[in-house]
Amino acid sequence: MTSKLFKQSVIPGFGVTLGFTLAYLGLIVLIPLSAVVWKTTDLTLAQFWATVTEPRIVASLRLSFAASLIAAAVNACFGLILAWMLVRYRFPGKKIVDTLVDLPFALPTAVAGIALTAIYAKNGWLGQYLEPLGIKVAFTPLGIMVALIFIGLPFVVRTVQPVLEDLDKEIEEAAASLGANRAQTVFKVVLPIILPALLTGFALAFARAVGEYGSVIFIAGNLPMVSEIAPLMIITKLEQYDYAGATAIAVVMLFFSFILLLLVNTLQAWTAKRTGRDL
Amino acid sequence: MSIEVKNISKNFGEFKALNDVSLEFPTGKLVALLGPSGCGKTTLLRIIAGLETADSGQVILDGVDASDSHVRERQVGFVFQHYALFKHMTVFENVAFGLRVKPRKERPTEAQIRAKVHELLALVQLDWLADRFPSQLSGGQRQRIALARALAVEPKVLLLDEPFGALDAKVRKELRRWLRRLHDEIHVTSIFVTHDQEEALEVADEVVLMNQGRVEQVGTPDQVYDHPATPFVYSFLGSVNLFHGRVEGDVVHVGPHQLTHTGSTADDGSQVVAFVRPHELTISAEAASGGVRAEIERILSIGAFSRVELIGLDAEGQRTAHNYEVEMMRSELLSKHVRQGQEVYLVPRNLRVFQEPDFSI
Amino acid sequence: MAGGISTAIDAKSIKCNQKLIDATQESSWVRRLLIGVGLCYFFLFLLLPLGAVFVEALRKGWDAYLAALVDPDAWSAIKLTLLIAVVSVPMNLIFGVAAAWAITKFQFPGKRFLITLIDLPFSVSPVIAGLIFVLVFGAQGWFGSWFMDNDIKIIFAVPGILLATIFVTFPFVARELIPLMEAQGKEEEEAAIVLGARGWQVFRYVTLPNILWGLIYGVVLCNARAMGEFGAVSVVSGHIRGETNSMPLHVEILYNEYNFAAAFAVASLLAVLALVTLLIKTFVAWKAARIHAELKED
Repeated sequence: MTSKLFKQSVIPGFGVTLGFTLAYLGLIVLIPLSAVVWKTTDLTLAQFWATVTEPRIVASLRLSFAASLIAAAVNACFGLILAWMLVRYRFPGKKIVDTLVDLPFALPTAVAGIALTAIYAKNGWLGQYLEPLGIKVAFTPLGIMVALIFIGLPFVVRTVQPVLEDLDKEIEEAAASLGANRAQTVFKVVLPIILPALLTGFALAFARAVGEYGSVIFIAGNLPMVSEIAPLMIITKLEQYDYAGATAIAVVMLFFSFILLLLVNTLQAWTAKRTGRDL
Repeated sequence: MSIEVKNISKNFGEFKALNDVSLEFPTGKLVALLGPSGCGKTTLLRIIAGLETADSGQVILDGVDASDSHVRERQVGFVFQHYALFKHMTVFENVAFGLRVKPRKERPTEAQIRAKVHELLALVQLDWLADRFPSQLSGGQRQRIALARALAVEPKVLLLDEPFGALDAKVRKELRRWLRRLHDEIHVTSIFVTHDQEEALEVADEVVLMNQGRVEQVGTPDQVYDHPATPFVYSFLGSVNLFHGRVEGDVVHVGPHQLTHTGSTADDGSQVVAFVRPHELTISAEAASGGVRAEIERILSIGAFSRVELIGLDAEGQRTAHNYEVEMMRSELLSKHVRQGQEVYLVPRNLRVFQEPDFSI
Repeated sequence: MAGGISTAIDAKSIKCNQKLIDATQESSWVRRLLIGVGLCYFFLFLLLPLGAVFVEALRKGWDAYLAALVDPDAWSAIKLTLLIAVVSVPMNLIFGVAAAWAITKFQFPGKRFLITLIDLPFSVSPVIAGLIFVLVFGAQGWFGSWFMDNDIKIIFAVPGILLATIFVTFPFVARELIPLMEAQGKEEEEAAIVLGARGWQVFRYVTLPNILWGLIYGVVLCNARAMGEFGAVSVVSGHIRGETNSMPLHVEILYNEYNFAAAFAVASLLAVLALVTLLIKTFVAWKAARIHAELKED
């Protein structure tokens, strides 16, 4: 590493490790991903547009994004409550709750999918009580939301929790000594401080939900125009050997994921700058 | 507003943070709570503020028992050690916070808030920083903003927890003077906590010395420095030389030597510790009655002052384990013609004697 | 001491109200409400599905449960899943350590961008992860015809499954190690080199002990995802029974054949894996916190 750009270091292994990293990254991630871009060039712009505006595809994209948005919002709300009680309160079973919050990270999605279906199907554990009330969960968009809530749950809790833990008690005492009541302290002081973390968790949960497949397909029922999600449409296109069509849907989804990723990074950079904290 | 605490006790588990503390703080004065870390001074401050509850005892603000009232009802301004500024708010919003959270009926109009905040920022001489965020300020600026924020709600009492603790030495010195001048301007009854004796003596009207959850002495800076009431106060304020010995009448027997004391609280004939400050010891080249034998180990001269470090000698001229320190003007030292390795006698001009078992830090 | 402070000496201690005045606590009813809501949410969305797996698995009794697991197709699915883990975890482990070493011990332009690229597979839908390998190695793909001519099967075969799994589990180890090693700095490594240690020795004796728990953490998470991956594997597998069905895919097949008890039986094994993963994760976090506390005390 003789280039001036690379700061000299006495620690060995720079060339080997960086070289291996770049090669592996290229082979496993970058080259295959670029295949998506390459494949879309098989389509003219008109064909691309025709594919992504097929009513079934539009419906699936709309469903995927809407259900993901709602699920992420629900998780933002209840995830905040879970994070709050895990940091601030003492209650029986706290250790167990804290450990199991990560369950959706560790439990294979297919297992979550069939378990949720068993619970919410019309003769299922809860489904049998909800059915007479006119609430259908399994095989409807509502079921998709339930599955997406499950897989997105840890994101908000785990991004908000450390920020709440690090929150200086003095800040809240300062607010109280200035005459703020508890609600004012929480809403004017504490929530604004954890808002960036909350938004990050929300965006992560949302991004994960949009691409989710395994936990959703069992409970969704996959009715065309009603409960088909976008990833399923990719698989459907693939089964019809319409590789270009599948790729077109993938490009739309990748584009939105990219925007979201950018948003999260900008948000974190902005917060770091304003509060003078390092990333 | 006057502040009074009566019989305050507070334990953290086994640890006695405060042990039956009773104090009266006079209106309009700037008082320092001084003591080593863990002496209970911060706990006492937090109990006065209402951030902590005492196990027993009362906090009386303006003659009214406030022990049960919430911190937001006590009308105290509290400045935290690490400032506790709201990072997501501008300096202006930080100072305005206390006004904005008032109940709707008492809340000033936006124009009044604006005027008040700018008046306070002008008071702390930081008006030009109104739109900055706390992360963009230096430590000293943050401290002044924290003070302005606490003053915004027009507190009847101002409490400051180690106000200069997190600052570097130079800024600390500047802010000390600045706080003193500010207090002379606003005259709010103020209490600040510090472990720095120089800070307490320089800034405060009154100093409360605390140790192990108890009050050791209360008085003006001169009183506590010149007339320490306990061995703890003696050794905590400034450097000091100790002599262990036995008291008889006006004399303390230290090994083979005899020293004349200027005040004793000990019983005649009992084991005692005698204290003398470095500038109250005289070096004498000739054998003097009422002096301790010692050898000059090192002479340090900085500016106009000199410090002489000595090691004690017993009757046979053998070195003992006792070290002594003497301070004097450099010119005075030069006139004495002493040098390193020379054997001399140390004669105290002001020697205070305390009963031996009393002595503990 | 006129006008000064006086210490009152009256010793009668007035017991003050023990009512807790904590400036940083909600009132007890708010606290109870929040805990209640949080626990309900936890129960409904986490505990209930977990319980459902085990209850449904044993619905037809132990015999049916064991029969579902010793079934040859189930057995071959278990073997394939283990193979996936044995191949993909070490590969991503080596990559993770190399990447973390290059990124945290050296300064070079584009570092932030490289970290973003490493995280990329997390923001790609698993289905798309499968799709890209079909596009590269499929019959009509970039290298498809070449592999076909040489009679090498990638897609709808085990190599494709391995590739897709490596892709989706790509960032796990690296993203655990990078912040950890960044926080630790490089002083200790430099000290080792000054004392005469060579490259591998520096890593083996200085770096590795420092990052061991983070490494285990990353490996455990990587392993869980590798064994449980469904979407990506589903796209490239071809679902050939006894050959290219991993455990999650086998669960799907059994489920779609309405063989629910068997599906949940296989699923319960994966659920146990998840619980073990969480236990190790908790243990590692506890261990790391303890080490951190010890360092702080020093």
